[in-house]
Amino acid sequence: MTQTSVSEPVRLVAAEPATKNLEEGGEAAREKVWRLLRRIALPAVILLAWQLVTSAGWISGSSLPSPTTVAVAWWDWIFGPRQALAWYSGTWVPYVVMSLERVAAGFAIASVTGIFLGVLIGWYSAVEDLFDGLINFLRAVPMTAWVPFAVFIFGIHESAAIFLIAFGSFFPIVVNVAAGARQTPRILIRAARMLGTPPRKLLVRVVLPAALPAIFTGLRVGLGLAWVLVIVAEMLAVQGGLGYALWSAYQFSRLDLILAAIASVGGLGLSSDRLISLLAQRALRWQTGVTGR
Amino acid sequence: MNSQQPFIAFQNVHKTFRDAREGRVVHAIEDISLQIGDGEFVTVIGPSGCGKTTFLNILAGFERPSAGQVLLEGQPIEGPGADRGVVFQEYALFPWLTLRQNVEYGPRERGIPASLIREHSDRTLALVRLAGAENRYPHELSGGMRQRVALARVLINEPKILLMDEPFAALDAQTRARLQQEVAKLWTETRKTVFFVTHSVEEAVLLADRVIAMTAIPGRIKADVRIALPRPRDPTSPAFNDHRRTLQNLLTEEIGAEPATLGGL
Repeated sequence: MTQTSVSEPVRLVAAEPATKNLEEGGEAAREKVWRLLRRIALPAVILLAWQLVTSAGWISGSSLPSPTTVAVAWWDWIFGPRQALAWYSGTWVPYVVMSLERVAAGFAIASVTGIFLGVLIGWYSAVEDLFDGLINFLRAVPMTAWVPFAVFIFGIHESAAIFLIAFGSFFPIVVNVAAGARQTPRILIRAARMLGTPPRKLLVRVVLPAALPAIFTGLRVGLGLAWVLVIVAEMLAVQGGLGYALWSAYQFSRLDLILAAIASVGGLGLSSDRLISLLAQRALRWQTGVTGR
Repeated sequence: MNSQQPFIAFQNVHKTFRDAREGRVVHAIEDISLQIGDGEFVTVIGPSGCGKTTFLNILAGFERPSAGQVLLEGQPIEGPGADRGVVFQEYALFPWLTLRQNVEYGPRERGIPASLIREHSDRTLALVRLAGAENRYPHELSGGMRQRVALARVLINEPKILLMDEPFAALDAQTRARLQQEVAKLWTETRKTVFFVTHSVEEAVLLADRVIAMTAIPGRIKADVRIALPRPRDPTSPAFNDHRRTLQNLLTEEIGAEPATLGGL
């Protein structure tokens, strides 16, 4: 009896529930299963249709590889032996690490400078006057327009990629942080002052924590942009990484690998976004909206 | 004058604001002179927008007088400080700090050793009857509890004077009555100087030694009424209602005197 309930919790419900409690527990478990099913239904249907269409031959394998072909290529890309001639076999892990490192380095630079400058811009109107025009102008330039400039200055080098990522994700961070700092309630500043906080400490004691929700919004947008830019940079400005693999796959006309690379980038982007929301949830426990869920 | 220095002295204080949108100068308060003794409970009443909050803000040091000066124990007030604790109508707790952290904020900022802070905060939390909710965040507290925290975090600083800016206006009637009682009790026990702004005549008479009634804007002192009733006060007693009627009449005169374009209130 215990054995079945451990391995098959759902069957325990189907078998006559002994108590009301068990029934309610089973109800909740069933609801959970249904929710999971609903969540994976659409991707599953798309995959299935894709498989069907390609294996039935309605679309030729050369114009669209089937999901199984993609999976096999992906498998080789990850676990295949590394050989001098096979340009992709076994390179997935090192490429992922390269992309991750670039995103981490660029995003870290953007976060530190963006939060620092953003708080100053939001708090001191003199700093705002000084930077506002420049930042708004630079923000209006699409980040991809900087690629030739970056390669010209840094060459085909790591620093070109990190420059692009840091520079690009800096703007959403600085703008959000500045808006958050600017909206610090004046009454909280007064409260801190009358409780003994000297003016020079207000920034750290009140403005920074008050801007925390906006800081996390900026970081999230910035991180998303960092992933866009790492792919662009790796396609054009550096060797190695997922963007490099993507571009190489294109040059070798390997659509299966292109799709595998796209899925890899999507997975990584999603995971890093999850990570940052988790951090935000912990740091913003004091906020109604976040803790309430 | 020097031999008998008043605890707090407003000397011909004026405050004008520039209304940026209309480009005109607004006189918020005009020629206020007032002395408050140590340990007095003073309430200020007046029609809405008469500059009572400006009055309090100047004493708190949040705003500077345009003319005249305010002295605390003979020293001009230069800015906000922990010797003047303010309780705001909007609570103004730090939402990112727990209840206990909010209360301990002041001592920490003033560099009190951590070993002492805990003891102080425990005592203060017990005083305002908040023991047991220490680890909650402000958004998890009711309005009444938030205002107790706001009171606790200034009391722990042992201020010379307590400034309260319509502190109970946002609370429901029952909570307000309970907090009024507690403030009255607290004052009886500590005899701390209190400067309390309200728009409720009843609240003013219930709590104060002295009620300062202000005119409509520009705010001037219209009357300075001493309330010599024994405490705790009975709001249903004839003497209480006499005071209440007198003050209400003063206030009604002012509301009636306001320019019609402002729509009364």
